[in-house]
Amino acid sequence: MSSKPLKQIHLAAHFPGVNNTTVWSDPAAGSHIDFDSFIHFARTAERAKFDFLFLAEGLRLREQGGEIYDLDVVGRPDTFTVLAALAAVTDRLGLTGTINSTFNEPYEVARQFATLDHLSEGRAAWNVVTSWDAFTGENFRRGGFLPREDRYSRAQEFLATATELFDSWDGSEIAADAGSGTFLRDARAGAFAHRGRHFDIEGRFNVPRSPQGRPVIFQAGDSEEGREFAAAGADAIFGRYGTLDAGREFYADVKGRLARHGRTHDQLKILPAATFVLGDTDAEAREIAHEVRRLQVSGQTAIKFLEHVWNRDLSAYDPDGPLPEIDPLVGENTIALGRASVRQFRDPLATARQWRELARAKNLSIRELVISATADQTFVGSAATIAESIDTLVQADAADGFILVPHITPGGLDGFADSVVPLLQERGVFRTEYEGTTLRDHLGLAVPTPASASASAPAPAPVS
Amino acid sequence: MSAPSSSPAPLHLAVALDGAGRHPAAWREPGARPDELFTARYWAGFAAEAEAGLLDFITFEDGLALQSSSPTGSDERTDRVRGRLDAVLTAARVAPLTRRIGLVPTVTATHTEPFHISKAIATLDHVSRGRAGLRIQVSELAHEARHFGRRTAPFADGELHAEAADHVEVVRRLWDSWEDDAEIRDVATGRFVDREKLHHIDFEGRHFSVRGPSITPRPPQGQPVVTASGAGEASYALIARSTEVGYVAAHDGDGPRAAVAAIRRAREATGLAADPLHLFGELTVFLDADAPAAAARLERLDALAGDPYVGDGAVFTGSAGQLADLLLERRAAGLSGFLLRPGVIAHDLPAITRTLVPELQRRGTFRRAYEADTLRGLLGLERPTNRYARPAA
Ligand SMILES: Cc1cc2nc3c(=O)[nH]c(=O)nc-3n(C[C@H](O)[C@H](O)[C@H](O)COP(=O)(O)O)c2cc1C
Repeated sequence: MSSKPLKQIHLAAHFPGVNNTTVWSDPAAGSHIDFDSFIHFARTAERAKFDFLFLAEGLRLREQGGEIYDLDVVGRPDTFTVLAALAAVTDRLGLTGTINSTFNEPYEVARQFATLDHLSEGRAAWNVVTSWDAFTGENFRRGGFLPREDRYSRAQEFLATATELFDSWDGSEIAADAGSGTFLRDARAGAFAHRGRHFDIEGRFNVPRSPQGRPVIFQAGDSEEGREFAAAGADAIFGRYGTLDAGREFYADVKGRLARHGRTHDQLKILPAATFVLGDTDAEAREIAHEVRRLQVSGQTAIKFLEHVWNRDLSAYDPDGPLPEIDPLVGENTIALGRASVRQFRDPLATARQWRELARAKNLSIRELVISATADQTFVGSAATIAESIDTLVQADAADGFILVPHITPGGLDGFADSVVPLLQERGVFRTEYEGTTLRDHLGLAVPTPASASASAPAPAPVS
Repeated sequence: MSAPSSSPAPLHLAVALDGAGRHPAAWREPGARPDELFTARYWAGFAAEAEAGLLDFITFEDGLALQSSSPTGSDERTDRVRGRLDAVLTAARVAPLTRRIGLVPTVTATHTEPFHISKAIATLDHVSRGRAGLRIQVSELAHEARHFGRRTAPFADGELHAEAADHVEVVRRLWDSWEDDAEIRDVATGRFVDREKLHHIDFEGRHFSVRGPSITPRPPQGQPVVTASGAGEASYALIARSTEVGYVAAHDGDGPRAAVAAIRRAREATGLAADPLHLFGELTVFLDADAPAAAARLERLDALAGDPYVGDGAVFTGSAGQLADLLLERRAAGLSGFLLRPGVIAHDLPAITRTLVPELQRRGTFRRAYEADTLRGLLGLERPTNRYARPAA
């Protein structure tokens, strides 16, 4: 063992969302819409001293084979509105909202995040996502005309523009001096002008600088462009890789990009999404995990999943029978709309070949194949085992912490808070009390200096 | 004052919250707390005060530009409140801290996405358990349009109001795009929702088309309460076609009566005459122990501001008794309630809740307890049936 000091772990909670991770048929599964569920979930996360609560976003109900997909949880509240309401029932917990940069405008989004940061006293974060598809676009004025290759150029300019708006107030403008009648010290507070390829806007931003200066910025893409985008400007990544090897590879790759952008290792936190199954013993946890997987992947779900790869109607196949002998349809995937997972399989013929081999070798039915080919739970075991795994992964630089996705709403986090968190605290790798009040405090991130003020600040080290 | 022999129908009362109050010098008054304008505490305190006064709802004013006294852009003044928080988020922030009062944030149709607005207000309704509304407004300001860069002013006559009506139509269809019982959790068939009860809305209009359905299930009220201010034919048409509550300036003389008649005529023309529509008088109030005290306070505020307050609507100065007289008299124009704009929120809101409300209660024209737990309930509006639901066979 090296004498490296122990890394402190960051933990966050993802409110269970709309995919087959959420086991809605469990009698313990409550509403995913009722505000009481959000209160319960957020208070559990805060009781456990988590860094933040995370909300994903989807802007169109999924459809498959021309019909609205009906097997998974459907429906979610508006991100900003529910986070603002949660700010009233929590004190310290960060509030991270996923907001798309394609189907929004910078002035409005910057305003909403600056407002959320004010109303939560410095707890707002923005997960910038770039879904661009025409299917989602059918719900918006812009429509779906943004080409895929432009999604990050728009996202980048969107974020840059929003940052210009956040920085248009430096925080010293409001005097509010009733005696002299000076409300503003600076008559030009909020002035901005941005000219670019995607946005050509100017005027006055109307929200004064918020407690964190600007929200914490998350990114959740995995492509080359996504990784560059994160390295250039994000404070944290909502990642995909929760295992040791894949995690270390991603971690090294993304952190390795920071220096080129004049940034240091600590300025970007890598927080993969992670599921977990907790039992009294490891054996019990494995048993529950197996059962949960079978609930997550029903026979129908397995067929629907296979259709994503095969890009054709497979409803005639028996989920308990062998994989289809026919090949996937290559080309634009038209069977499943609004599904990120579709894009994971860039070479469906190869995937089908691989899966057929695997199924033959292990004698797996369609359903069994899908269960084994799709994400297993990240952490399975007793509280001690899970605490140990999390700590090991973080100390090995596979992650800086995890965003936990329970499979039950809203009580799915309770056991983790009660049994795993105390063990991490005993190990000295997780806080027992919040040390600060803002999300930047929790994540150990500095408050950004507005561009206007940085003229007098020391220049960053030159990058060669 | 003695109670009239037959007690008149109860009045509805709402207050408009904006900055430190309607008067430009309001922020300089004792107790105005201008350094707290951007905190949740500030708004939560006033919401609690309004709720203690049993008011029907509060509106949260908003705009997508910095406040300005100049219609052409920023005025660069330093002696007035500048900057404000997003109204929908502010309403959501106070929702869990209140229980009965309606929450009506302002939304600018001209520059927003109806899809986003629909789910935001539906969510406000979910987090407040049925107390959400919205106040839809248009913006013809060229400098505000430049914050978005999608379109340029000037806009054609009536275009923005027609667009706002489309905006509301989309928002309403999206609220209905989930039937109330769409979520079935049918373990036997493995279906979480009944897809027959989720609906594409397929709206096609001049400025946008929206496919739907919403991502957010139908809100508790079915349709949160849509409101708008009226001044002129285009806005009357919007009120008539799209709202459950319209606001018109409660001037004295025949103005309000003419406005009410014009809106009612427009309502007939839309074929919605059978649906209830509240028309509220809009009034800025400076409320004190007596008329001279109120006039003196207004004078003092005007001196601080450097200009006499003209406002853009009706202005009242006087006592609670005088205001009660005025409200009961002006409602004869066909008004069922009033949206009061406190001149100085810190002063005039408590004056409304602690002197005007008891005065109206004494006269038997205001509630003594909340009689419903939704905003629709308070306004006597039924929960609408879903336009997409097939009637039970
Ligand atoms: C772990 C993870 C979570 C994501 N969550 C969302 C989400 O909630 N909403 C969304 O629109 N996109 C989501 N995405 C999609 C990405 O943010 C991104 O917009 C998309 O994948 C395209 O970027 P890429 O090609 O760089 O991956 C997620 C991606 C990852 C890897």
